[in-house]
Amino acid sequence: MSHDGHHAVVIPAPGPEFQPHTVAHHFDTPVQEFQSAKLGFWLFLATEILLFGGLFAAYFYFHEMYPETFRLGGKQLDWQLGALNTAVLLASSWTMAMGVRAAQTSQKKLLLRYCGLTVLGALIFMAVKFVEYSAKDAHGFVVFADLFAPYDTATGQIPWFQDYDGHMAGVPHGHLFFAIYLTMTAIHGLHVLIGAGLILWIMKGAAKGRFHAGYYLPVDLVGLYWHLVDLIWIFLFPLLYLVP
Amino acid sequence: MTTNVPALDAGAAAAGPRRNFLDVATGFWSWASTLDHKRIGLMYLVGVSLAFLCGGLFALLVRLHLWEPHGTLFSNADYNQIFTLHGAFMVFLFVIPAIPGSLGNILLPLMLGAKDVALPRLNLLSFYLWLVGAALATLAIVFGGFDTGWTFYTPYSLYTEQAVVTIGLAVFVLGFSSIFTGLNFIVTVHKLRAPGMTWFRMPLFVWALYATSLLQVLATPVLGITVLLVAFERLYHVGIFDPRLGGDPVLFEHFFWFYSHPAVYIMVLPAFGIISELVSVHSRKPVFGYKLIAYSSIAIAVISFLVWGHHMFTSGQSTYAMFAFSFLTFFVAIPTAIKEFSWVATVWRGSIALNSPMLYTLAFLIIFSIGGLTGVILGALAVNLHLHDTYFVVAHFHYVMMGSIAVAFFAGLHHWWPKIFGVMYDEFLAKIACGIIFVGFNATFIPQFIMGSRGMPRRYATYVPDYTDFHKASTIGAIVLGCGIALMVYYLVASLFQRRQAMQNHWGGVTLEWHAPTPPPVENFTTPPVVTTEVYDYSTLDLDTMRRPVQ
Repeated sequence: MSHDGHHAVVIPAPGPEFQPHTVAHHFDTPVQEFQSAKLGFWLFLATEILLFGGLFAAYFYFHEMYPETFRLGGKQLDWQLGALNTAVLLASSWTMAMGVRAAQTSQKKLLLRYCGLTVLGALIFMAVKFVEYSAKDAHGFVVFADLFAPYDTATGQIPWFQDYDGHMAGVPHGHLFFAIYLTMTAIHGLHVLIGAGLILWIMKGAAKGRFHAGYYLPVDLVGLYWHLVDLIWIFLFPLLYLVP
Repeated sequence: MTTNVPALDAGAAAAGPRRNFLDVATGFWSWASTLDHKRIGLMYLVGVSLAFLCGGLFALLVRLHLWEPHGTLFSNADYNQIFTLHGAFMVFLFVIPAIPGSLGNILLPLMLGAKDVALPRLNLLSFYLWLVGAALATLAIVFGGFDTGWTFYTPYSLYTEQAVVTIGLAVFVLGFSSIFTGLNFIVTVHKLRAPGMTWFRMPLFVWALYATSLLQVLATPVLGITVLLVAFERLYHVGIFDPRLGGDPVLFEHFFWFYSHPAVYIMVLPAFGIISELVSVHSRKPVFGYKLIAYSSIAIAVISFLVWGHHMFTSGQSTYAMFAFSFLTFFVAIPTAIKEFSWVATVWRGSIALNSPMLYTLAFLIIFSIGGLTGVILGALAVNLHLHDTYFVVAHFHYVMMGSIAVAFFAGLHHWWPKIFGVMYDEFLAKIACGIIFVGFNATFIPQFIMGSRGMPRRYATYVPDYTDFHKASTIGAIVLGCGIALMVYYLVASLFQRRQAMQNHWGGVTLEWHAPTPPPVENFTTPPVVTTEVYDYSTLDLDTMRRPVQ
């Protein structure tokens, strides 16, 4: 019916506090629109996993090359803070899933509440990350002030890796563990922030009543994204904190 | 192919001049904000063509510099920048996005009987990311240029005091442009096929684009993280690729080629798709081995993930890995050969029309045979050690990238030009230009095969005088090739102003895009197509409507 380009398919709003949804003109049915977006998003998630795949490959490669460095480096991380963050992210994945459920059952207030809790989880995660990074900074494992300082070819001293207390003195290339730790957790942290931003955007739409049983596609997709962010951490935590 | 739809939307045609996607709206903003896949495709066409002309200009500069053994035009440092610019522009701004971005965008939904790609906004974003990438690449020239070659090999790319971070960022952004195009096409093929358009009724160009898209989605992210790590390495000395810091430059090569070998097939598979369409239409004969060509596209996509090590035979990787990579490299020749033989079998005893798209197609068939077979030669371990990093390699991949992919792109452009614009170019000039390009191309690269086999290393700004004659022959060839391309640009652009009407179905194609009005309206088809017959069934061709001039 939408083929002639004049009669758009509209999903009615289930109540006065909700808005109807107009299916994009090039789709024939809401199901086609839903499935297209979902397939596209799964493919996007695959690209995210491959992007991190390069980092994981680098992790395994150097773990194999310098096992002592990685054993000792892992000991410098605080596994209890890591475990706390794992718990926080797992809980936030649950609140997100409940949020999607709330959208599917047209419960606007509940959706807003669960999304709020998920964002709170993201903020706690980043706060704990900040505490961890500060500790690394204090030990000179990652001196953030000197992160972009030029490398001195004469002394071979990497400016951001000072290791004030000599914890990593006995192993080759101690900075490599922390370089990989920093790169992986920072890129993951960026994803946490992006995810939190997306959930805030969902809350904005939810407040206007855009999402309900007839149309909850964006909530579903952002939920998938959030679970992926969680999933990547599930791999990062044991590899960085526990394997050593 | 569709029987219940009047071949050319007779109703719409009878109603007199209609608005098509070109004239439905005018003004800069109507293009900059368009979600119409055909308009986005045209913007891509303009963009990649400009990138191609820039890259071609750099190539001519390289060839002119190499006229004399000591170099004629530049300092050695400047020469390094010019050949790097040639490679980077051609690979990242032209060859990878050219066919999917332009012809793919315009034709994929038409061939499937859809009104647009599945995610039109993402499609526009993908074009804008291409623009940003192109702008960053150009900025990198201003910020001091880059002389690493398009491969950015570490550790040199970590130490050189040039704009590697900027060009790295450009590649990262262009990568996402490519990923989003691929993602969009996969979803479109899965979800927006017209009723009756089964997988094995899809035109082979669509199959080729589908296989390409799989590679774009699954390989490009690895390049993204690789260039990002190079940037991090330069900015804060991560140490992963830097041997001074305990890193491993060969790891970079593995990462880089894990993307960049599949990228070769991202470039060439769409070209295969174009050729599969054209051999059929211009021989007026169904494609020989349709299913095998379709499956071979997928086979090439899968195997191409497992052959990256053949770029690294002299890197010191494990000998056993080299055996495997060499074997798999031979293996990938099998699906490729299936295509080549099927095309030749399609032309065989066909009703061949030697018009310009077909001439370009025949040029492709000849050039690609050489380009493909020299690839097998390079895949052999012992021979590779001798030929590694010589002009033989340069000639081989130019036979594929320029002689095959660019020529197939030209073929497709000539074939669908009357469909897209409703106007015809000067056929006589087109045939002349095709001849000049074919002669010029071979004159450029046959000498490079010979001097490569005699040891001329690639990328050098100067050379020993023994190679002078070969270099001069190659430079003359490049000038001839440049003239051919200039002529092509001239008559194609001129056709837009001369406005000689094309016919509704100019070549007599039977795939769905020829059932839409010419040029297509915004919604592509005025009546939703329903497919009831097999693909390439020329008995369904309606000669009367086919020859009706464009309104």
